[in-house]
Amino acid sequence: MSLLAIEDLTLSIGPTPILKSIDLSIAPGEVMGLVGESGSGKSMTALTLMKLLPDGARVDGRALFDGVDILAAPEAAMCRLRGREIGMVFQEPMTALNPVKTIGEQVAEGIRWHTGANRPDAEARARLMLERVGLPEQKFPLTRYPHELSGGQRQRVVIAIACALKPKLLIADEPTTALDVVLQKQILTLLRGLVEENGMSMLLISHDLAVVAEMADRLTIVRHGTVMETGETSRILSEQAHPFTRQLAEASTHVPARARGLEPSPVSEPLLEVRDLTRNYSLRRSRVFGRETMFRAVNGVSFSLAAGQKTALVGRSGCGKSTLARMILALDPPSSGSIRFQGEEICGVSEEALRPLRREMQVVFQDPYGSFDPRHRAERLVAEPLHLLNQRPDARRRRDLVAEVLEQVGLSPADMDKYPHEFSGGQRQRLAIARAIITRPKLIIADEPVSALDVSIRAQILDLLADLSDSLGVAYLFITHDLTVARAITDTTMVMHEGEIVETGPTEVVLGNPKSDAAKALVAAAPNLKMSLEKAVARATRD
Amino acid sequence: MSLDPVLAPAHRERWLRRALANRSFLVGLSIASLVILMALISLFWTPYDITRLAVANRLLGLSAEHPLGTDHMGRDILSMIMIGARNSIAVAVVAVAIGMGIGVPLGTWAAARGGWVDEVLMRANDVVFAFPSLLSAVMITAIFGPGAINAIIAIGIFNIPVFARVARAGALALWPREFILAARAAGKGKVLITIEHILPNIAGLLLVQGTIQFALGILAEAGLSYLGLGAQPPMPSWGRMLFDAQTRIAIAPHLALFPGLAIVITVLGLNLLGDGLRDVLDPKLRRER
Repeated sequence: MSLLAIEDLTLSIGPTPILKSIDLSIAPGEVMGLVGESGSGKSMTALTLMKLLPDGARVDGRALFDGVDILAAPEAAMCRLRGREIGMVFQEPMTALNPVKTIGEQVAEGIRWHTGANRPDAEARARLMLERVGLPEQKFPLTRYPHELSGGQRQRVVIAIACALKPKLLIADEPTTALDVVLQKQILTLLRGLVEENGMSMLLISHDLAVVAEMADRLTIVRHGTVMETGETSRILSEQAHPFTRQLAEASTHVPARARGLEPSPVSEPLLEVRDLTRNYSLRRSRVFGRETMFRAVNGVSFSLAAGQKTALVGRSGCGKSTLARMILALDPPSSGSIRFQGEEICGVSEEALRPLRREMQVVFQDPYGSFDPRHRAERLVAEPLHLLNQRPDARRRRDLVAEVLEQVGLSPADMDKYPHEFSGGQRQRLAIARAIITRPKLIIADEPVSALDVSIRAQILDLLADLSDSLGVAYLFITHDLTVARAITDTTMVMHEGEIVETGPTEVVLGNPKSDAAKALVAAAPNLKMSLEKAVARATRD
Repeated sequence: MSLDPVLAPAHRERWLRRALANRSFLVGLSIASLVILMALISLFWTPYDITRLAVANRLLGLSAEHPLGTDHMGRDILSMIMIGARNSIAVAVVAVAIGMGIGVPLGTWAAARGGWVDEVLMRANDVVFAFPSLLSAVMITAIFGPGAINAIIAIGIFNIPVFARVARAGALALWPREFILAARAAGKGKVLITIEHILPNIAGLLLVQGTIQFALGILAEAGLSYLGLGAQPPMPSWGRMLFDAQTRIAIAPHLALFPGLAIVITVLGLNLLGDGLRDVLDPKLRRER
């Protein structure tokens, strides 16, 4: 008898069909992985179970939870169910907590509401729960506010809220997508532990097969609102019978095929040379006349990059990677140290003097939504760096240039007149790359360019970046927390930890045989489909 | 201020459809257009010439010849309200223009420059805010003499910090965005970025604030002319009409009723327009009713 049985679930919002005849069942104590690309209806399935659908949604079919038909249940019954019988962990720990309430209150709230416990009792239970998720009271008092915690810690609070009443079913919707790999590993381990301890079932939703594979007993793979395949994790992964499953698995471990480029000649002058670079941020003073305390985001970093070299800068979130990138781009002044690009110092130089250097150095950002002015058309957005040329091209020449780069990144010149919102996430990232290459730069700094993308799109963008580096001979400084990405595209890897570069070497060596603790942690935490499969098979045979 | 200054462009093509479906926007727009139309017509034609006094016709009630009656000097009230609308609108428009014209550059400059410039400008803003605006406007017109021009300047000065704040808040939210970083990486300076990227993205915010300030300007002008510090006779204004009606409220209540209604309806209409405009421009803030 399954805990949750969804049969023939169909959902449409307005005229748009979202889910088409979904079947899914979860046995008590079972972990079900729900995998699919963004927009495939994963989250909507979860929201249907909670009956938290947006206005204008129409649902058909049956969803039996513990003998109760959720779709027919009145709102009052759902209120009793939510939080008590079904807990939910959301993707974005930054917005899933109420910023004006302490973490203790937020965990205790559900306990009091559902059990009628008085304040001290609820607080005592909240204390135990927070301790269980790794936030012991000595270090994290219940009176902390969400903004005083890091992303990973906040996600632990969200989990504490979801699990406080030991629900029968825990729904985790992309619980680690916003976190770096090391935190991802920790959070997944925590979820697994909680589920096993309390005999809960879990619906784990992700776009990355490798993340889910390690956790789930069974998998359901969806695409465009339809179930493609469902079954035991070990069987699905080892057989990969369905073409879409195979596609997802390949995308997850994708390495672009590339001609081993010419090894950069070591004698030539380095393209970029960073020496003893340090950046301090002043923190808020604790008292009006108190001394300012400093936070050192980047601490004495030195490295150099040859022309055409592809280097990964790998590290956990908050380690100073992006600050370093901004200083190299001369968008943020360093506190001390020097940056030489093509032999010329860029620190403390006027914007006018920087112009010829900026032409040779462009950037691709992480967020495909935030990196374009929503009010400009693609032509104007892509052409923006042409501002750096000494001779500005006229309108016709500009359109020709834009058309050329759009073709190079796999878009059509006809896309020139579209607004950014008319492109998908992957297409926008292509657009960002087009903008970066239009001035034919020597160096592209890519700050987590694929971490906001689905695995399948990620593989395409990595291919594109690899192709461009071969055809244009451009050097990359590739910033990422994801080692599979570093492995896919770079020759050299630098590992950054707490503002310092702790390890440098050829990518295969650093990733295959890490020496520093920081690198070891990153390598150990990286989701690995092959290893997950071995574990899943071992689990299946053991049972 | 939690307004996201960026208009979600996915909704842009539905702008018109959403505007037409928004009740407060439509009602506000109709009222505002009606008032403006009335003022424009008064430039060419009014039912009666209000410079001609006809004491014989004084304090007439509502009739076919004088739909809103006449005042104590026999002037047609409808004609006076039409010309008064012109006066109110002119004062409010120029006052808003002063506020925007000075406040927005200051606010965006403060946001772009940061550091001590920001600090000085914003503290100066706070100082202006610390004065009660209508009282200070009374003071300014009392010192420099009553009249429409001085009323405009007095009201306009107090619009400056409002727009400076809104513009700064909107711009500050945009500066750390990645598309601005990308523009900086493309070598664009702060002025150019402000013109090309910041201003178009905060235009919605400013427009909404402008409508609200416009309504407040009309109220302030009415207050000043009620005190005799605004437009001087024979130029009619709604505030002045209220003042004149005050002593005759018992014998001719319509003298106070119609200019009062004109003020209330105009201000209400502009506020509705501002509310509706905000919903239309930024549907995320919309509360389903």
